[in-house]
Amino acid sequence: MNWGRENRWRVAVVIVGLAFTLIAPAALQLFTIINLTTAIALALLALSLALIWGYGGILCFGQTAFFGLGAYAYTVAAINFGGTTWAVLVAVLVAAAFAAVLGYFVFYGRVSDVYMAVITLTATLILYNLIRRTSGPEYKIGHALLGGFNGVTSPPLNLPWAPYSMLFPQHVFYVGMLALILGYIFCAWLVQTHFGRVSVAIRENETRAELLGYDTRLYKLGLFTIGGALAGIGGILFCNGVGRVTPDVFRLDFSAQAIIWVIVGGRGTLLGPVLGSFALFYVTSWLGTQSAVNNYLVLGIILIAFVLGVPRGLLPTVVGWWDAGRSRRAMQRREMRLRRRRGGRASTAGEAAHEG
Amino acid sequence: MSRTSCEAAGIEGLGVLDLFVALVLQIVYGIANLVLISMGLAIIFGMMRVINLAHGEFLMLGGYTVVISTNHGVNLWVAMLILAPLVVGIIGIIVERALIQFLYGRMVDTLLATWGLSLLFIGLVTTIFGAQTETTISPPLGAIQIGGYTSSVYQLVLILIAIVLSLAVYAVLKLTRLGLVARATMQSADMAAALGVSTKRIYMITFGLGAAVSGLAGGLLAPITGVLPNIGVTYIAKAFITVISGGAAILAGTTSASILLGGINGIVSYATGPTIGEVALLAAAIVLLRAMPRGITGRFFRKSL
Amino acid sequence: MRGEIVLETRNLSMHFGGVKAVDRVNFNLWENELRCLIGPNGAGKSTFFKCLTGQLAPTAGEVVIRDFTATGREPHEVARLGVGIKTQVPSVFDGLTVEENIWLSARKWHGRARSQSLTRDTLERLQLGDIRSDLVGRLAHGQRQWVELGMVVAAEPWLVLLDEPAAGMTHEETERTADLIREMNRTATMIVVEHDMQFIRMISSRVTVFHEGQILIEDTMDVISADPRVREVYLGHRRQ
Repeated sequence: MNWGRENRWRVAVVIVGLAFTLIAPAALQLFTIINLTTAIALALLALSLALIWGYGGILCFGQTAFFGLGAYAYTVAAINFGGTTWAVLVAVLVAAAFAAVLGYFVFYGRVSDVYMAVITLTATLILYNLIRRTSGPEYKIGHALLGGFNGVTSPPLNLPWAPYSMLFPQHVFYVGMLALILGYIFCAWLVQTHFGRVSVAIRENETRAELLGYDTRLYKLGLFTIGGALAGIGGILFCNGVGRVTPDVFRLDFSAQAIIWVIVGGRGTLLGPVLGSFALFYVTSWLGTQSAVNNYLVLGIILIAFVLGVPRGLLPTVVGWWDAGRSRRAMQRREMRLRRRRGGRASTAGEAAHEG
Repeated sequence: MSRTSCEAAGIEGLGVLDLFVALVLQIVYGIANLVLISMGLAIIFGMMRVINLAHGEFLMLGGYTVVISTNHGVNLWVAMLILAPLVVGIIGIIVERALIQFLYGRMVDTLLATWGLSLLFIGLVTTIFGAQTETTISPPLGAIQIGGYTSSVYQLVLILIAIVLSLAVYAVLKLTRLGLVARATMQSADMAAALGVSTKRIYMITFGLGAAVSGLAGGLLAPITGVLPNIGVTYIAKAFITVISGGAAILAGTTSASILLGGINGIVSYATGPTIGEVALLAAAIVLLRAMPRGITGRFFRKSL
Repeated sequence: MRGEIVLETRNLSMHFGGVKAVDRVNFNLWENELRCLIGPNGAGKSTFFKCLTGQLAPTAGEVVIRDFTATGREPHEVARLGVGIKTQVPSVFDGLTVEENIWLSARKWHGRARSQSLTRDTLERLQLGDIRSDLVGRLAHGQRQWVELGMVVAAEPWLVLLDEPAAGMTHEETERTADLIREMNRTATMIVVEHDMQFIRMISSRVTVFHEGQILIEDTMDVISADPRVREVYLGHRRQ
């Protein structure tokens, strides 16, 4: 239809992203690069939620469940396999499978969106509680202890099929940025396919999509599973950025942050939530260093403020102003042309009445 | 308490009857627990179709009210039965006026805003009172012997209060004028407005009452669970699941869902421990919703209160 | 006129608690018919309609479309039989353009190229070309109804179910809608639920009158409008 303009912006974004990938390690300190890797992991989580919620209209409060499962699955598998090559695949599959099962129950049960949100949140909280109690030595999968509330150290990524060639943080950064950029391209492509268009239509009006013959449950399940897989990839990167995985990945305020990125960045865009996640990452890191204001407090205020004041999010609102300005200017130009044309003809009574 | 903890405590000489009584008591207490923590949410959801994700924090605030007031010398029972509901009820009315009333009809936005509110309360309480509590209260009234099994009297009192609360809600809804007006507004707000009812006031009062009930429950549970800023989080999941599993009818829904889910939770907890018990509760609710998407009272007892 | 029966309900009932919205309805529809369903408010027309489309699972009875048992099926399964459906309240994609709305309907059945040409033709046929790039959410009510009709047309259905297609339309729009419906009837069998008697006279031959969940009478418009029972049902008892 008219994807032309949007795609041109997207290409620009990708180029900027690639440029950043190449320049950053030279320009920034190593510590910042490692920090950035964590931020990138969160950006992937934001991207997954932007896809399923912003585009698909699936409100999931517990997207961090798949993120955390990806992180834990990667760690456990990597410890057991002695290398990360297959662990990456296992992690993505575990996250996707969990999303598929949960999605099946929710979508085929025709549970309403609102319940869906809270059921996914509850699943996350249960995972949090479950994993936190796995402190003892008897809690392990294969060779990997689950570690309870202390978590487990995650083996860093290594070159494929070369378990002893572990990647340096700088290279992990490359991998992360590449994953994010590819993820972005993939999502941008997906929303323009027939599958993506139908998913958006389902968000707009599920009944009408069904009446056109589309099995909406299947589309939602597919999108949700893809989102779960994306979040799982983010989880893998998170382990590498932080160095370990703890039950905190399933914590309540973490789930809240994911939702806030999309609300602040904007529903219906891919870039907005990604940028929102980077912004909020630095805000919360800074807040964490000083104990005057509490994390939860700030997040709560931001969430309420945006729901009440800027419901569409920052990016669409700004773009909206820009577009409104453009169409206003276009209308003004049209009116000027019309007036010039009318000035040459005798005005009818009707027109005189209008002008008066 | 589970079978394993009984064995660990070396409780010998407990006959089968005693164990049975103990189990039944545990399950009934679990059901009463669910009723207490869900009733406030059910009132608000049932009446206004508002999903208040800050519900857990109302419970938490009730608990804090009790702990702080008793630390300053207020009688425990006054604190639990009068002060907590009063304080949280007022907070509820403020919340309704300041936030909720702008979001009627916008279900998703209400969900998000109340979640923000929940975070805000947690942050506020943490900032003011710190992340840990300094004092805890122990459950009053001591213990009682039932056969060979020792039970906490307070737990029995809570079971009683849960029953009284349900009856009180029934009485208010069925027998008072406020209840009648509120039910009318719930069924058809436009019609009620046309008859001269100020729906705004009704919503405000309903929300306040729901909050007050939550505050009461939180205060009553404070001696058992302790108070932490984020204790609301453990309540919201169970309360929410109970309310939507129950369905549209406030009383019949909450009680039937509490009995079903509380029963399953109790039995599984006894067999395998509390964590798996919680998983079982969620799993049971998911299966139930799959079979009855409108909750229990969407299918059975449809005309009940 | 009589060919085969393409839609049939046997003892169809829909109960909501104690209310019998549809009560043991036996209904037959022949090929290429244009049948109107009328009746006062609450007579059960729209509930009956929703049982046909799969939006409601009936309490009892059967819906059979050609040889397919449609009772209690999901709406998308019914739609896939080749049934085009327009709901009482316009059910369209507000956030998408007119063109995208229609395109999604065509694309369910055809590949990209055929969908493009079908969309173009439908836009022309319904005179929606001028507003093809407008967001449907911003359109006037009558135009939104037409977008929905466009979606139905673009799917090239053999059976068309319309619930109040002329509701809220101006006189001119109503005439255009009647023309469109007559045109669609050349290739499709149709059921139209309507209130507007004038509109029905413009389009239909046979009319089924619903009353309190049951079929009161089924005949041509002339016979029906003269029938005293119908008058009574619509207007109440005549004072002597």
